[in-house]
Amino acid sequence: MEIVGKLQKQFMDFMSSLYREGFLDDQFLQLQKLQDESNPDFVVEVVSLFFEDSEKLLNNLAMALQQQVVDFKQVDAHVHQFKGSSSSIGAQRVKNACVGFRNFCEEKNLDGCMQCLQHAKHEYFLVKNKLETLFRLEQQILAAGGTVPIIS
Amino acid sequence: MMNIGSGSLMSVPSCTGSWKSGDVVSDQFPVGLRVLVVDDDPTCLRILEKMLRNCHYEVTKCNRAEIALSLLRENKNGFDIVISDVHMPDMDGFKLLEHIGLEMDLPVIMMSADDSKDVVMKGVTHGAYDYLIKPVRIEALKNIWQHVVRKKKHELKDNNYDQSGSVEEGDRQQKASEDVDYSSSANEGNCKNSKKRKEEEEEADERDDASALKKPRVVWSVELHQQFVQAVHQLGIDKAVPKKILELMNVPGLTRENVASHLQKYRLYLRRLSGVSQHQNGLNNSFMGRPDATFGIISNLNGLDLQAIAAAGQIPAQSLATLQAAALGRSATKSAIPMPLVDQRNLFSFENSKLRYPEGQQLQLNNSNKQTDLLHGIPTNMELKQLANLHNPSESFVGMNMQVNSTTQHNNSLLMRMSQSQPRAQMLNGANNGSQVSRLPLSMQQSLSSEGIPGAVLAQSGIVDNAHGSVYNPVSQASSMVDFSVNQSKELQSYNFSLGSNSSGMSTMTNRGMLQEEVNSDIKGSRGFPSNYDIFNELQPKSQNWSLQNVFSTFDASHHPSIQGTQGVSSQLLLQQGISSTHNSERNRNVPIGKPMYSNGEQSGHSNPMGGPQLNSVGGNMLAVKAERFPDADYQSTIFPVQFGQDDLMSAYLKQQGSVEPVETEFGFDGYTLDNLPV
Repeated sequence: MEIVGKLQKQFMDFMSSLYREGFLDDQFLQLQKLQDESNPDFVVEVVSLFFEDSEKLLNNLAMALQQQVVDFKQVDAHVHQFKGSSSSIGAQRVKNACVGFRNFCEEKNLDGCMQCLQHAKHEYFLVKNKLETLFRLEQQILAAGGTVPIIS
Repeated sequence: MMNIGSGSLMSVPSCTGSWKSGDVVSDQFPVGLRVLVVDDDPTCLRILEKMLRNCHYEVTKCNRAEIALSLLRENKNGFDIVISDVHMPDMDGFKLLEHIGLEMDLPVIMMSADDSKDVVMKGVTHGAYDYLIKPVRIEALKNIWQHVVRKKKHELKDNNYDQSGSVEEGDRQQKASEDVDYSSSANEGNCKNSKKRKEEEEEADERDDASALKKPRVVWSVELHQQFVQAVHQLGIDKAVPKKILELMNVPGLTRENVASHLQKYRLYLRRLSGVSQHQNGLNNSFMGRPDATFGIISNLNGLDLQAIAAAGQIPAQSLATLQAAALGRSATKSAIPMPLVDQRNLFSFENSKLRYPEGQQLQLNNSNKQTDLLHGIPTNMELKQLANLHNPSESFVGMNMQVNSTTQHNNSLLMRMSQSQPRAQMLNGANNGSQVSRLPLSMQQSLSSEGIPGAVLAQSGIVDNAHGSVYNPVSQASSMVDFSVNQSKELQSYNFSLGSNSSGMSTMTNRGMLQEEVNSDIKGSRGFPSNYDIFNELQPKSQNWSLQNVFSTFDASHHPSIQGTQGVSSQLLLQQGISSTHNSERNRNVPIGKPMYSNGEQSGHSNPMGGPQLNSVGGNMLAVKAERFPDADYQSTIFPVQFGQDDLMSAYLKQQGSVEPVETEFGFDGYTLDNLPV
């Protein structure tokens, strides 16, 4: 179907750009490879878990940095966690933001940490937006009767 | 598999089929490998689960370390391998790693987004079988089965070694009977229950069981073992032949074969401890109050640490021995326990595996109270000690002193105390293991306190003598020794073996206070182990082991009049007291350390409230002391990152060294929660 074809092309282009712009890395590809008939919504499921967990983490981070006496170890633990989960789904830019964040934690640099938090949050919402768009495209393709192209 | 998380159902991996080593050759291998994956990150957990499933493994996921531990405990043989994240909110991944190593002796793979060298090194020193950097790729997971197979192979090898080694005693008859036993047990021994122990392992277990437990399923109660050890002591380890031991023991119904197999195990145990053949009296001597016993103790400690590392499979036994020697500044002498360490660990694993055997297995110390397990227990205690040594070098030391040398009453009492504490810890662990631990009759403990003090006690005393301030160590060691008996009462007997992994219990030893904590907590909860463990870990991180050494050297058993007084006290009591008495609350590292670490809430009430903080303060001093005394220790210290609680331990030790009195109080014979023990 023409629509399906168009959607599919749109999907593929979009996906390529995500990789090209560094929003996603090879790990996301690994996730896609894991998806199979027994788990057809695996990627969406995992990404949803990531969204849910990340929002909690970001809130925790904000709160931790707002304390009178900031517990940098705790902040670092949260960042570490965020780094782990973002790297697991391939959210490369978010992961990179976390790397810098941890450095500031080690230095106990509150300002640096606050900035990093903003940066990480920004990257997170960016990739979240991108992924939601991607999933919407997938749904549209499926709704139009097509199959989602697999990018290798 | 169900997701194991808070509030969700715990799914126990169904035995879709035991994954046996024999599967390796089949096309299906390693299909069905039962993996437990622990990670507090839900995203990672889900991804890992999917990856492992794609590898055709049987996966159980868990987002809390505590839940993972209870899962493992409830299903002793339910898993083949564990994969755990390093950073978790409820429990440090390395702690979990240690717990698992001690209690269940399963291979554990650590993973983290943190790829810094020191963290990876930590994994090595704590005995992780591998360390994966996140994000984990499926390719990395595909090959985890190799760790399971490798481990099994090592265990079998050790077992074989032990068995053959014991034969050298020249007890031919014993040997013959063992052989017979073996064949006969081969049929019955397979209680291979369902769970899966690898076939090889099972065979090894059977063999081992055959020799030790065999036939007349004699239950080596604490009392019986005490009598045995006394008899051996009386005769002299080199001259102790089953026939004479039997005569001395004068236990109706006991056969020479029973004694023979028990003796074989005992010898293996001793050998393991000392790292020298039994022929060398050095083993005994070194531990017992000889001048170089101190050194030996230290070496032991060092050895133990190294051993722990080696046990972790990271260091070959040979290297370990060499390291030990180097660390100690001397060639591996009898006092050093180079090889044994590794072996012990393996032994321990073996033991554990044995214990894990389904009921009916000879090893199972369960309620069936196969006291024969005690035999196994002996080695395991040692092993446990060894493992404990991982955490607490001092503890291992104690184990080493198992030798039947009770140099003085003091020693004995010390040992007893130590053993008591240890057993408790061990017991707890054992309990975790599974229940098989048969209890050690109190009598056994009591005998410990008696002059004739069983080897365990003796051994400890030996240590005590040597290490002047080693009050801690002996205690810890003693506890490990006592674990035998103590555990038994707690039904830990069988666990003694597994206690090895429970080194946590042992760790408590190091911190007397900690011990108490641990013991108490252990006693209170079935999981005493964890708490002990925690303490142990705490201790370990710092070069506490080294400090312990110092303690030992300075500790003068004779300064502990309290020890003498303990003679009539059952070892259990002693241990308990020692443990509970964490008098040195300041010093106690125990409570706080152990307890906080493991939040299973089992910690007994009386653990030292102060535990944690105290250690830190004190530890510093100790560390300083150690550094001066044992330059070699530096080597070790690098191995174990100083984590915490060391300070307290240190301070405790320092105090010990400083005065005689503290020792007594530290052991705290009073009010130990004996009642906790189901004696």
